[in-house]
Amino acid sequence: MKLYINLAVTVKIIGNIGKYCIMLWIVFSKPEKFRIFRKRTFEEIQTIGINSLPIVALMSVFIGGVIALQTASNMDNPILPDYTIGYITRSSTILELSPTIISLILAGKVGSNVASEIGTMRITEQIDALEIMGVNSLTYLVLPKIVAAVIFFPILIVFSMTLGLVGGWLSLIISNLSTTETYVLGIRYYFKTGDIVYALTKTVVFGFLIVSISSFYGYYSKGGSLDVGRSSTEAVVSSSIAILLANFLLTQMILL
Amino acid sequence: MIEVIKISKSFGANKVLDDVSATFETGKVNLIIGASGQGKSVLAKCIVGLHEVDEGQILYDGQDFCQMDHNERREIRKEIGMLFQGAALFDSMTVEQNIMFPLTMFTKMTRKEMLDRTNFCLERVNLSGRNKLFPAECSGGMQKRIAIARAIAMNPKYLFCDEPNSGLDPQTSILIDALIKEITYEYNITTIVITHDMNSVIEIGDNINFIYKGKNWWQGNNKSIVTTENQEVGDFVYASDFMKQIRSKLA
Repeated sequence: MKLYINLAVTVKIIGNIGKYCIMLWIVFSKPEKFRIFRKRTFEEIQTIGINSLPIVALMSVFIGGVIALQTASNMDNPILPDYTIGYITRSSTILELSPTIISLILAGKVGSNVASEIGTMRITEQIDALEIMGVNSLTYLVLPKIVAAVIFFPILIVFSMTLGLVGGWLSLIISNLSTTETYVLGIRYYFKTGDIVYALTKTVVFGFLIVSISSFYGYYSKGGSLDVGRSSTEAVVSSSIAILLANFLLTQMILL
Repeated sequence: MIEVIKISKSFGANKVLDDVSATFETGKVNLIIGASGQGKSVLAKCIVGLHEVDEGQILYDGQDFCQMDHNERREIRKEIGMLFQGAALFDSMTVEQNIMFPLTMFTKMTRKEMLDRTNFCLERVNLSGRNKLFPAECSGGMQKRIAIARAIAMNPKYLFCDEPNSGLDPQTSILIDALIKEITYEYNITTIVITHDMNSVIEIGDNINFIYKGKNWWQGNNKSIVTTENQEVGDFVYASDFMKQIRSKLA
């Protein structure tokens, strides 16, 4: 019985991956009219990107602040120079916290938004209406979202990195644990441009995964509002898992 | 004209359509009627290509829709207008943007030409001046009329209406029926209406196909349906006590 259930789950997962690949193949068809595609992309940049700025700002400042405080509170060894706090805050923020943690937060915010929007369109027959008109609904609905995410997520993450470092600085100054000069020295110490490239590469992949996976769950929603809610939850869970897997793989490929 | 020739459609082991043939004539209101769960919506969805048929042919003016590739189907679909059961208006767009949508996607009209066409369609469904409303601000009847306006915006050759009167009061239903009939005759469209509303059947049914157990059980018009001897059609038409009383008076 257990074997049968495992087999059924495996078949379902493989089936979904296949369906997802076919969806992507259709999504990347030529848009009907470039002017409309461009307009839709800017609308999605507003919805997916610019509307996410406040939550990204808030999270980044606090994460940066906490990292700096935790590092400072663990700096018992006198051999370690004071600028280590800035160095560790910078490395943690740029390499992992901004690209990965903020992407996981965006998977929740943007992913649920995309899945529920497309899912509602599906159950209210708006997608059928597009198809009947002769519009390629996947290209029309999903492609601008993917392009918007791939373009704007790196901007959000650079914004997050900056605010994370500012948060770290603020927390240290307020708590009187370090000086501005020492912190800035730490941030600049042994800085590698490659780290930024690595972080932004990850972000582009994460943005693509969040929006495409969420669109997949929304587009293939069936039933009523409860099912749209379920699709939305599945979209967030699946995109979060995909982010973690991709993070591991990309780190292996780029850093090692 | 749309011809459906011996189509069958199954979902798993459940055979929903079984060897269905029907002809939907141009310039007439063609009805697909039947009780819930008998396959009439599936038939309509097969005709427009939202479901693939297992067997059979669907001919749009002699062209086999089932044999067409994706691009050829899209060309046919540009000539189809469809009114969905729930209107299916785009929530994020105003009434004007909804009607303009197919024009924006598929024509090279200037904005002024599109606006003129939109206003004409709105006037045609008696909703002039409602351009800037959002679908959520409109009543059910208004939404259906806006959907009709959107469906006729591209001057379609084929008009599909899926239960156009569901959820509407009798007076608004009569208005919608009258509108569908007027548009069909005025623009010489092949109109297919899926309904189980007996009032619509009597009012607008130029050509009626009764679907029962996945088969095209009976064909006729709004005159022959009230006098038919067919048991299943009779049970459907005279289902209510009120209709039964009418039948006994007619008899």
